[in-house]
Amino acid sequence: MTDSNETPSGNGTGNGKDYKWVGTRAVRPDGVDKVTGRAKFGADLHLPNMLVGKVLRSPHAHAHIRSIDTSAAEALSGVKAVITRDDFSDQPKGAVQPAGEMTINYRDMVRNVMAREKALYEGHAIAAVAAVDARIAAKALSLIKVDFEVLPHVIDPVAAMESGAPIIQEDLITEGMEQSPGAMTNIAKRVEFGHGDVAVGFAEADVVIEREFTTQPVHQAYIEPHACVASMTEDGQGELWLSTQGHYVARGHCATLLGLDVSKLRVQASEIGGGFGGKTVVYLEPLALALSRKACQPVKMAMTREEVFRATGPTSGAHLWVKVGATNDGRITAADAVLKYQAGAFPGSPVAQGAQCAFAPYELNHVRTVGYDILVNRPKVAAYRAPGAPIAEYATESVMDEIAGVIGMDPLAFRLKNAPKQGSQSSYGPKFPVIGCIETLEAARDHDHYQSPLKAGQGRGVATGYWFNIGGQTSATLNLSEDGSVALVLGTVDVGGTRASLSMMAAEELGIDLDKVRPMIGDTSALGYNMLTGGSRVTFAGGIAVVGAAQDLIGTLKDRAAKFWDIPVDDVEWAEGEARATNGYTDNMQPLSLQEIAKDMAKTGGPIVGAHSINAQGAGPSFGTHVVDVDVDRETGRVWVTRYTVVQDAGKAIHPSYVEGQYQGGAVQGIGWALNEEYIYDDKGRLENAGFLDYRVPVCSDVPMIDTVIVEVANPTHPYGVRGVGETPIVPPMAAISNALANALGIRFTDLPMSPPRVLAAIKAANGAATTAS
Amino acid sequence: MRYEAPQTVDQAISLLAGTDGDPRVLAGGTDLLVQLRAGFIDPELIVDIKQIDETTAITAEDGGFRVGAAVSGARVKEHNTLSLLWPGVVEAADLIGSTQIQGRASMGGNLCNASPAADTVPALIAAGATCALAGPGGRREVPVEEVCTGPGQTILSNGEFIVSILLPARGSRSGDAYLRFIPRTEMDIAVVGVGVSLSLGADGQCSAARVAVGAVAPTALLVPAAAEALIGGVVDDAAIDAMAAAVRAVCRPIDDKRGTVAYRIEVAGVLAGRVCRIALERAGST
Amino acid sequence: MAKYHITTRINGDDVEFLCAPEQTLLDVLRDDLRLTGSKEGCASGDCGACSVTIDGRLVCSCLVLAAEVGGQEIETIEGMADGDRLHPLQQKFLDFAALQCGVCTPGFLIAAKALLDRNSNPSETEVRYWLAGNLCRCTGYDKIVRAVLDTAADMRD
Repeated sequence: MTDSNETPSGNGTGNGKDYKWVGTRAVRPDGVDKVTGRAKFGADLHLPNMLVGKVLRSPHAHAHIRSIDTSAAEALSGVKAVITRDDFSDQPKGAVQPAGEMTINYRDMVRNVMAREKALYEGHAIAAVAAVDARIAAKALSLIKVDFEVLPHVIDPVAAMESGAPIIQEDLITEGMEQSPGAMTNIAKRVEFGHGDVAVGFAEADVVIEREFTTQPVHQAYIEPHACVASMTEDGQGELWLSTQGHYVARGHCATLLGLDVSKLRVQASEIGGGFGGKTVVYLEPLALALSRKACQPVKMAMTREEVFRATGPTSGAHLWVKVGATNDGRITAADAVLKYQAGAFPGSPVAQGAQCAFAPYELNHVRTVGYDILVNRPKVAAYRAPGAPIAEYATESVMDEIAGVIGMDPLAFRLKNAPKQGSQSSYGPKFPVIGCIETLEAARDHDHYQSPLKAGQGRGVATGYWFNIGGQTSATLNLSEDGSVALVLGTVDVGGTRASLSMMAAEELGIDLDKVRPMIGDTSALGYNMLTGGSRVTFAGGIAVVGAAQDLIGTLKDRAAKFWDIPVDDVEWAEGEARATNGYTDNMQPLSLQEIAKDMAKTGGPIVGAHSINAQGAGPSFGTHVVDVDVDRETGRVWVTRYTVVQDAGKAIHPSYVEGQYQGGAVQGIGWALNEEYIYDDKGRLENAGFLDYRVPVCSDVPMIDTVIVEVANPTHPYGVRGVGETPIVPPMAAISNALANALGIRFTDLPMSPPRVLAAIKAANGAATTAS
Repeated sequence: MRYEAPQTVDQAISLLAGTDGDPRVLAGGTDLLVQLRAGFIDPELIVDIKQIDETTAITAEDGGFRVGAAVSGARVKEHNTLSLLWPGVVEAADLIGSTQIQGRASMGGNLCNASPAADTVPALIAAGATCALAGPGGRREVPVEEVCTGPGQTILSNGEFIVSILLPARGSRSGDAYLRFIPRTEMDIAVVGVGVSLSLGADGQCSAARVAVGAVAPTALLVPAAAEALIGGVVDDAAIDAMAAAVRAVCRPIDDKRGTVAYRIEVAGVLAGRVCRIALERAGST
Repeated sequence: MAKYHITTRINGDDVEFLCAPEQTLLDVLRDDLRLTGSKEGCASGDCGACSVTIDGRLVCSCLVLAAEVGGQEIETIEGMADGDRLHPLQQKFLDFAALQCGVCTPGFLIAAKALLDRNSNPSETEVRYWLAGNLCRCTGYDKIVRAVLDTAADMRD
């Protein structure tokens, strides 16, 4: 058992070595279940005696909850439990813990899962029931009487910052800003990053461009709504099955909110039908557990699509101001930005990450980014794939493109001239380790897409994106079966194919057939702590843990061989799936295969297990450059994406198909964000498009094939050179498309989404201006 | 709630007329079930008309086709002769939703749901289609443009339902077309929809025309002034521009999550011109 | 409140069930018959995750009342493989990595099969428009479309 924080050396060096499994396109081990419908997602579990739970939600964007009368609901035949805020103890102030890419405040969380003093957004949970079937549960909800005192609401972040705006949290104190005592505010935090002096930098510039931008909240729009089954028993123990990106994190949240010892709760992650950050938090689960505890029966809860939109966190909408200065020969002299992100009803927008990533693709002497985290009467935002960065880079990459145009420089050449490399001071503080920004820019420049001519009327745009990626706590175990096959027990939820890549690394290390490795995601009792799947960490940190577990296993296998041969263990090596005696001992000592050692493990010392637990450090950041061509119907404002290429640094693609899949999926989410996705509210603060009809994600016919180029600049902190890849792909698309529209139309767009009415209005305004000018 | 599946028109009528509690007709169900699930309606009775021969048949009639009200868009599209006769109507029906929706959604249901943005309605109006209604008072045949009276409202009286839609015969040298604008390529409700049917005389001039526009008023609108801009002359750019202007002039849309007033009016004119050119080309080639 | 007794065929087997009038086919498949391969993504016919075929016609099972399917032939994802032999589309989806989280995959497979049963040589555009009613948020559709086109080519040989 090893548990150091050092990277295990492993077999991989990520420098082009020929591997048997790593780098191939093996069929994923969990695949058959998914193509046959056998795989069980959150709502697919049935338990005996199971009840159905449903949530009563606030119809108001902002209201005091004077009283809740559940008596009629409780009396309804078939209703087994009803819960309200009275069923949850309050959590103390300051109970803050890091989890994934966001920090968790439990006092906020208990209020978010069930409203206490006020309903803070339309859709906020007020009460919940568990009944024998869905119809009775729905009827019970209709019998709950809530006395609301409706309050004025505010949903725009700029309006929420103004004095006189309705106050969301009366006791909020702004972090990072001076505040008059007693002054109430909706500004939760101010952050600032950068170095140098932007005033000096702007004074050096020949060209300065300053622009303001707005973006709207967009939802992760995972196809599977939140769902769980909770079962609390008479002895105070609980089991929870849920669709989640992190079952250990969910366990911690639920234990805290229900006042349980963490180990009393055993949590199993179901297959997850998409998360993208939106399933790193709990909504239904504490409610289901509380209902189950009251009813002493299992309770299943699943959100409707409408509930997903009304009551779960999208990512922030924002107001952004960006100013960049450059010399005529293309050197950026200063970059400045102020980002105002809406957090929803509780603090925690990703404005800090946005501020950190905003200018990351550039090496700058003078840079400053300031961010504000602002409360509004909307659901608390949740992480969405590189949280904060896509919003910021929409603005910054648009301005960079504009400056390149003004000084007459090719946009990729402009970026190359200012690109960061290893050792560069990043715009947010640390010096960059080994990175591949330049390599992706060059690969994009040399790609056939960028070289090929455009058809008349089309436009082409580029943008570069960045995400830090993370490591984090990870545990993995390899259990050797008596026939030499291996069970790989993982705690990192598999959102899109990592059981394949992790098995491949295990097979590579052990030198055995991939077919002999059976991976599974264990429940929370099966392993040491595993942080949630997010931050593009699984192939990186999971890989380190799996390689470490394999090395640990190999250590024991060599010990057993050494014992069997009665030679020092230093004279045993492991290669190609077998133990070999070295150093002149080979003559009478035939190699011992994994099967042979396994067969005799009882005799040589007992069960053989390899395990490794780490808090992985040194995640390698991933840069990506996108190239997109667009066509515009100038009479209707409709935009088509006609060609799209993602070039991104993966460090080392363990399974190239799943790396490509991340590039393609993130790009298409970005296309939706750029062209059509937005939350639309009425004047009462209620969501008007809480469904897939009017919340318009890209459909199959909306997009072309997404070409991909995997650049591999190895990350030295991973045994195979892996960098996380999942998040960077969503960072560039909106700016790339906006830049392509500028190229096609000569118009700069500053507001997302660039939907047909906006595009048409801009075209007509530009034509009108041209007519007036001529 | 009860569910019934009558076998004849008369059985359906007596079920519908005999219930006070908001009885609903079920054809494809692609609007009804959505409304049911969302809690917008709470009917006491659902009358499934798909077991009735008349509502599920496509039969030739007087040179045209009588299409049962419950016939799915997919079946309409697969009917080769109907598709050749009224391509605009068929492409309108084909635009409703996805392939899955097409497998169930019907023109009768699309009409009776009376959404201002219903896709088949402008195309049916342009084609001069009529509906056969059946009710306690007997049968009547009504032009499609008279059926919808407002969003979600029709002229159907208590116990009455649409049995079939008659697409009339079409002369030679005539063509129809339908276009709609949506922000994506599929799956959206029309922001604007325009249907045109026109005929050319032996002299190449327009001898007849009907123009209808949807999603720009509480109901789809027949636009006589747009037809007049085409009839009696060559359908050239000037005539088409005048026709498009007449379409824009009748638009009285609202701002909603699918489009603004200004945008709808502008695009209505753009689509009117485009769809007219398609209808013209089809007329010229028959 | 009385339930309806429905007799139908699912994946070639005779099936009987009781249903409430407001239950959809999807509800009955998942909750009563425990065929959870068809998924509820939206309950409004906008995502296609519940796709099945009824008498060979591709539909959203969330928009069909269970009471309507008496005497009809229903095919769900559970019936797509033939014993232990995957349908060529299922195998191709695996080979081409045309799935990541997999929740939309049953719907796509049912829809793609309905396409190839009708059209053995669809163009990329035809594939994309046929599948427009199936939402995927993970893959960006690229590998799905390639898998369908490649399967069509295989099946033509």
